[in-house]
Amino acid sequence: MTVLRDIIITGLLLGGIYALVSVGLSLQYGVARVLNISHGEFIMVGAFITYVLFTSSANIHPLISLVIAGLFTFIIGWALHSTLFRRLMDTSPSMEIFEGKSMLASFGLYYVVQNIARIIWGSENRGFVFLNRTVTGAQIPLNRLVALAVVIVIAVAFYLFLSRTRMGKAIRASTQDRTTAGLMGVNIHHVLAICFALGLGLAGIAGSLISTILAIQTSMGLSYVVIAMIVVVLGGLGSITGAMIGGLILGLVSALVTYFQPSMTMIAYYVIFIILLLVRPKGIMGR
Amino acid sequence: MHLLEGEGVCKNFGGLAAVSEVDFYVDEGEIVGLIGPNGAGKTTLFNLISAALKPKPGKIIYKGRDITPLPAYKICRMGIARTFQTVKIFANVPVLRNVMVGSLFGTGKHMSSSEAQKKAQEALDFVGLASLKDTLAGDLTLAQQKRLELARALASDPELLLLDEIMAGLTPTEVAEAMEAITQIRSRGVTVIMIEHVMQAIMKISDRIIVLDYGKKIAEGTPAEMAANPKVIEVYLGEECDA
Amino acid sequence: MKINNLSTTRWVGLGLLLVVLVVLVLLPTITEGYLPVLVTDILKFVILTVAWVLFAAPTGYMSLATGAFYGLGFYIAAVFNGPVPFPIVIIIAGIAGFVVALLVGALTLRLRAAYFCIFTFALVLLISNVVLEVERLVTQTRGRFVETETVEAAYYAMLIIAVLTLVVAWLIRRSRHGLALQSIGEHEEAAAHSGINVTRTKVLVFAVSSVFMGMAGAIIATRRAYIDPGIAFSMNNTFLPVLMAMFGGMGNLLGPVIGAAIFTYIGELLLTRFPDLYMLIFGVVLILAILFMPNGILGLGQQIWAKLRGGRRAPA
Repeated sequence: MTVLRDIIITGLLLGGIYALVSVGLSLQYGVARVLNISHGEFIMVGAFITYVLFTSSANIHPLISLVIAGLFTFIIGWALHSTLFRRLMDTSPSMEIFEGKSMLASFGLYYVVQNIARIIWGSENRGFVFLNRTVTGAQIPLNRLVALAVVIVIAVAFYLFLSRTRMGKAIRASTQDRTTAGLMGVNIHHVLAICFALGLGLAGIAGSLISTILAIQTSMGLSYVVIAMIVVVLGGLGSITGAMIGGLILGLVSALVTYFQPSMTMIAYYVIFIILLLVRPKGIMGR
Repeated sequence: MHLLEGEGVCKNFGGLAAVSEVDFYVDEGEIVGLIGPNGAGKTTLFNLISAALKPKPGKIIYKGRDITPLPAYKICRMGIARTFQTVKIFANVPVLRNVMVGSLFGTGKHMSSSEAQKKAQEALDFVGLASLKDTLAGDLTLAQQKRLELARALASDPELLLLDEIMAGLTPTEVAEAMEAITQIRSRGVTVIMIEHVMQAIMKISDRIIVLDYGKKIAEGTPAEMAANPKVIEVYLGEECDA
Repeated sequence: MKINNLSTTRWVGLGLLLVVLVVLVLLPTITEGYLPVLVTDILKFVILTVAWVLFAAPTGYMSLATGAFYGLGFYIAAVFNGPVPFPIVIIIAGIAGFVVALLVGALTLRLRAAYFCIFTFALVLLISNVVLEVERLVTQTRGRFVETETVEAAYYAMLIIAVLTLVVAWLIRRSRHGLALQSIGEHEEAAAHSGINVTRTKVLVFAVSSVFMGMAGAIIATRRAYIDPGIAFSMNNTFLPVLMAMFGGMGNLLGPVIGAAIFTYIGELLLTRFPDLYMLIFGVVLILAILFMPNGILGLGQQIWAKLRGGRRAPA
């Protein structure tokens, strides 16, 4: 029974992280229409910021640098959208062309960010020890429980943001129908930039959390962004709630498969992905 | 046997019934006009016939065969061609090659390149665009592009032609030319269904008119009958008011 | 006057092509060591870029699977070369690429383009994970040794495949399938309504393009004595052809060739000294190319040329 409980807790934690990452990607694609291939790199950036701040002489607590990492990637996201993607939008004759170009541009970003990180920190595994002891009775180290708690807090905060604030409503309106939202007085360029920035911010936070429980490398981004993409399709392209649900599902699948055969985890994701595309491409919440 | 038949054709978008239990038929050699106010479901009906959309529920029967499950390209090859309300030509392709798409892929028979080119040339001659055959389609005027789309549809050797507001935005002279062209098309053995808002034109050349309103068929008959039909008048002009 | 100029340009172009071809054929006999290896690498990227452009340019569908098909061919050569003769290995690699692309295409090309992008992007990781798992289960190793071929053998194989790729790409462009592809790219719905079996056309051309990617991978694999999935399956082989195509221009077949030549050469120059820096620069170049060079360097050149001639004509 404790095995099952541990699997569920790990599954929820991983699912929560996947949900964070995927919601970020979903905001970027669903609203800003950017299929951001470099999304995973900003997870890596968040992870390394926390690592650096923790292992530096300042020894900053990971929960503080989580906020720093999130803010940092948020600002970068804002800057990137207002310059690069805004210009691409203005020069693209159609939405289809914009989606293609922005996807390729993010591919370029993938290489830029990853290689900057590689130049600074090299390719080897890095990590730090944080709250690695186990609480009595549980097999799960404390850092994972803390991470799970943080994920839940962020999820609730995000939900409140989306449902209660003006900007949140503007974002929800824009995921449904951008043009009408604009006509209804939503400052659409503002919303697009914020969604994109929020997406990267969530990635940074997720990366920060990951660094507290796993070893990190400058190449870690790729598998996360692929997982995020699978989650986004599973949840339904453009649906934020779908991304959350999909993330949780994949997290639980991961915990389950890892218990029996860790090397099959990615393959399990792909099997789900292929079945999804065959049977119900529009996903759980897809329109 | 009717050339084309629709049985209980329905299509919903979200909660909106765009087309609602429409039964219709078209006989060989007819020119049938499809009219109704904006949003009545006319283009949706065309989309259901040409397989851009699938009826849910409902059946479309062509020459006695249920074509409802077939994809759009097969429907074209079977002999149903159409034009679109917003012109859909291939902008960066020269005019002749645009039409050749129809003759190469849409006839349902194997065509060699030279045969296809000849057929495309004939279609271009018919619509009067032969002199522009090497121009890029995107450089034509809207009226020319509409003619190009007609040529492409004709090049696929259709037996049934669906024309969606082909006269929109035309001058009176151009409307008269279009009417003449459609009559000629019919005399070549092609059955025509046309959606139009240009009333004089469609009333004049149609053998029969079908009227849609809010997705339902509300009337059917000769143009004269429709002009006198109180339901049709109400739909276009509104109810008599008591003031 | 103008018609004459066009024919002359045609003849000059063909002549140049012939000269280049002769030089390339004679190259290993007149030089040694480094140059044939470099040219082999350039030809590899010519193949990858042209094959990618072959599908992506007319339809607008950006496959991110180039590295996956390349890696597949790479691994197949690693497994079969030696007991199976080199030319057969190359053919098998091509067939494998074809079959996998057929499956991927059939699965994703009937859906929106975004699904295609996502799935092809995930494909590199997918196939390398499967290969890793198979290796773990079957051979209990992580990598394998490869029966190598000589520099000359690899060179001529690559040259033949490169010529083949260009010829096939050119033939497809001129044929009715090229017209079908372009129509699909311009207006998929109208293409379907004009009788084009859109999904089948997309899947077939996509599969054809991956034949050459697999073959290129197989040839390069035989130049290494030992490989593992990390070497075989790299995102670079997806990224670099995209960069080369964007920079060189996708409007014709010359653009990708030029882009491939330029960036392979620069990469080669910088690889040993600044491996991370040069990929960083390439990333920046890709972004700049997308922003400022929609028609690639050739298109840019054409625009500048037209401006210099005081052209009132719109650029082609």
